Amino acid sequence: MENNEYLEVFIEESKEHIQSLNDQILILENEPGNMDTVGEIFRSAHTLKGMAATMGYQDLADLTHKMENVLDAVRNNKLSINSDIIDVIFQAVDQLEGMVVDIASGGDGSSDVQELVHKLQAIENNEDLSTVTATPSAEVNSVQATEKAGANHFAKLDEFELTILNQSNEKGFTNYELNIRLNENCLLKAARVYMVFEVLEQVGEVIKSDPTVQELEEENFDLAFHVLLVTKLDAEEIKQRIMKISEIEEAIISPFQLRKWDEGSSSEQQDTKASEVSESNETQGENKKAATNSNNGKSVASKTIRVNIDRLDGLMNLFEELVIDRGRLEQISANLKHAELQETVERMTRISGDLQNIILNMRMVPVEQVFNRFPRMVRQLSKDLGKKVNLEIIGAETELDRTVIDEIGDPLVHLIRNSLDHGIETPDVRRERGKDEEGSLLLKAYHSGNHVFIEIADDGAGINRQKVVNKAISNQVITAEEANTLSDEQVFQLIMSSGFSTADKISDVSGRGVGLDVVKNTIESLGGSITIESKEGEGSLFSIQLPLTLSIISVLLVEVEKEKYAVPLSSIIETAIINRKEILNAHNKKVIDFRGKVVPLISLKEVFEVPEVEEEDDLCSVVIIRKGEKMAGLIVNKFIGQQEIVLKSLGDYLGDVFGISGATILGDGQVALILDTNTLIN
Amino acid sequence: MEGTKNQQSIIIELEKEEYAIPVELIGGIERMQHITRVPKTAEFVKGVINLRGVVTPILDLRERFGMDPIAQTDSTRIIIVHMEKFDVGFIVDAAYDVLDIPQEIIEPAPKVIGTVDADYIEGVAKVDKRLIMLLQLENVLSLESYEKAREGTHL
Repeated sequence: MENNEYLEVFIEESKEHIQSLNDQILILENEPGNMDTVGEIFRSAHTLKGMAATMGYQDLADLTHKMENVLDAVRNNKLSINSDIIDVIFQAVDQLEGMVVDIASGGDGSSDVQELVHKLQAIENNEDLSTVTATPSAEVNSVQATEKAGANHFAKLDEFELTILNQSNEKGFTNYELNIRLNENCLLKAARVYMVFEVLEQVGEVIKSDPTVQELEEENFDLAFHVLLVTKLDAEEIKQRIMKISEIEEAIISPFQLRKWDEGSSSEQQDTKASEVSESNETQGENKKAATNSNNGKSVASKTIRVNIDRLDGLMNLFEELVIDRGRLEQISANLKHAELQETVERMTRISGDLQNIILNMRMVPVEQVFNRFPRMVRQLSKDLGKKVNLEIIGAETELDRTVIDEIGDPLVHLIRNSLDHGIETPDVRRERGKDEEGSLLLKAYHSGNHVFIEIADDGAGINRQKVVNKAISNQVITAEEANTLSDEQVFQLIMSSGFSTADKISDVSGRGVGLDVVKNTIESLGGSITIESKEGEGSLFSIQLPLTLSIISVLLVEVEKEKYAVPLSSIIETAIINRKEILNAHNKKVIDFRGKVVPLISLKEVFEVPEVEEEDDLCSVVIIRKGEKMAGLIVNKFIGQQEIVLKSLGDYLGDVFGISGATILGDGQVALILDTNTLIN
Repeated sequence: MEGTKNQQSIIIELEKEEYAIPVELIGGIERMQHITRVPKTAEFVKGVINLRGVVTPILDLRERFGMDPIAQTDSTRIIIVHMEKFDVGFIVDAAYDVLDIPQEIIEPAPKVIGTVDADYIEGVAKVDKRLIMLLQLENVLSLESYEKAREGTHL
């Protein structure tokens, strides 16, 4: 396919437009009168249609075209938004998404859109019939372009144009109507028109033209055309500028009277005839878009380029190699004690540190990418479940490593489904319990230290401890005796063990209890953790802690006998050197009294069966680590120091090794293992 | 030899016996180097090395096949093998030449080699009076196969 090089761009942009459609339609549902939103939706649909048609995806173009017609009707007050319309539009958007996904996976994006096209048509016509019955040509309005040039060429203006014209008046711009006539001998009319528009766009904004821009481009007009312009310049100057273009016969510029027109607008709009055509509206949409772009483009949007993620990964891999060599150089220079070399290496270290920040930042993506599909999902689910839910999203701009973003979507979907299904109650139950009928679901992301937290909080029923305990006992996850000793939090953690579901009825929504343990596993495989807080009757809070990045971390290198291990700094509270006499015994376990707390000790030598070479002395070095509330002290022989390391996997063959989360390559080229402090504490 | 397919193989030595690994699976032959022990893994897994930036697990084939350990010598080598999903290194006594083994002279492994039912031997070929055993690499790597073999020797 010759379009191949554009295909990728097309898919990416289509996805963005579909997302924007989703977002805006949701807003529209809440504020049916919001014309800006309708405009946004219209523009997205329109761009999508244009792109699809260019790429030759006819079904896609057809569907968007119909959608556009409906939106156009809404925009022109011919239709009022209701839930049914929103539903159909959502269905259409879903189908669009399906088609784009199909295209992305190599399909041709064809799909049976007839049903939806008919539905959209019906919506469109319903209104047409009720308000414009008198107009026999109403049905053809979507097909035929108009050239009803009356005395006033701009008798019909839509809400957008009105707003712009109004605002321009307020801001000291003047609205002009331009009648431009080309020379009879003009050969390339379209080119002249283009030049005129270029001149006009330098001095102001073209709001509307008659005939439409498209028709002008196709030379689908005689010699004269009319333009509605907003500018700060005066009429004479504009005229001069236009007349500088050759082959222009005349240009008549007169101020455009908005007020006079405004008064009659409501009635005029009511008996809109076929002249209010989607084709012309499209150009208006385009003009408006161009206008907003030129307004905001410079100030707001910074320049960006799209980069294939593979290239970034390649860059990251190369940089990791560099970090390893950097470590090696540091070591060599420390051994040689050569002043000049040391200085150079220090400089290099600083620069590569900066480089590291930049590369890591490049891979950071706002969590919004994951969050933005949730409003749709929550809307649909709450409808299916007959619940009222208000979803609030905070901190969508929080950034996370691309790899984490890719993995975190499914677990979040699951948790949200869980909250909606099991957490938030139905409106009547909520009323009985004296709560607001509308449940609230809070999705919140924020940075803290080297971690990103994502919280899902609902004000629903909360978790019933007894129910969980009973279930766990009957599923033989725990014994009755154990149950009594567990803290609330430990009990809540049980709902994430495999084969567990407390819902009395299995629903389609949150599955069969195979889910939450998958959620937990996914999050832990990302180096994160999940905790649950809950108060019965008041709601639950699922809190996910994730590392900022997966590939380069800070560690403390320690030596156990002759072996080197890396302990992630994120899990270290502090290090201490204690006398062996301070080690106490409790239940045959070694513990120490650390700042008033009893902390169990773990001898890495024993856990990892390290061959013994060194003699024990009276002092031992201890790394105090923590996992949530729990702490433990790791006995090691020596602290080597803090270092940035590149995380590498042990590979598929070794798979999961107890107590080890991965490996890294040290400055001397040797491999050191990274401790998995989470499993060690358990 | 028309119409026959030859199996090009690297010949390795273990306890004076010769084994063959298909040459297209070989990623390199390395000298012995520092191996980082990985705790809590099978005995024959010696640990991991840094192979040009990739952490690669290293297996001791002598231990895998239940032979007595010997001290490493100048000829001790690590053979890097590309498996489908990962690379792995084998410690062997020595690695020699590449040999063409015609398909038709490969015979199925005899049921009993010594005392162990060795499912890690795919076949045996006799080339110029040399007896060469072709390794079944999946089973060489398999922990189950190892444990089965060990039970066999203990009986």
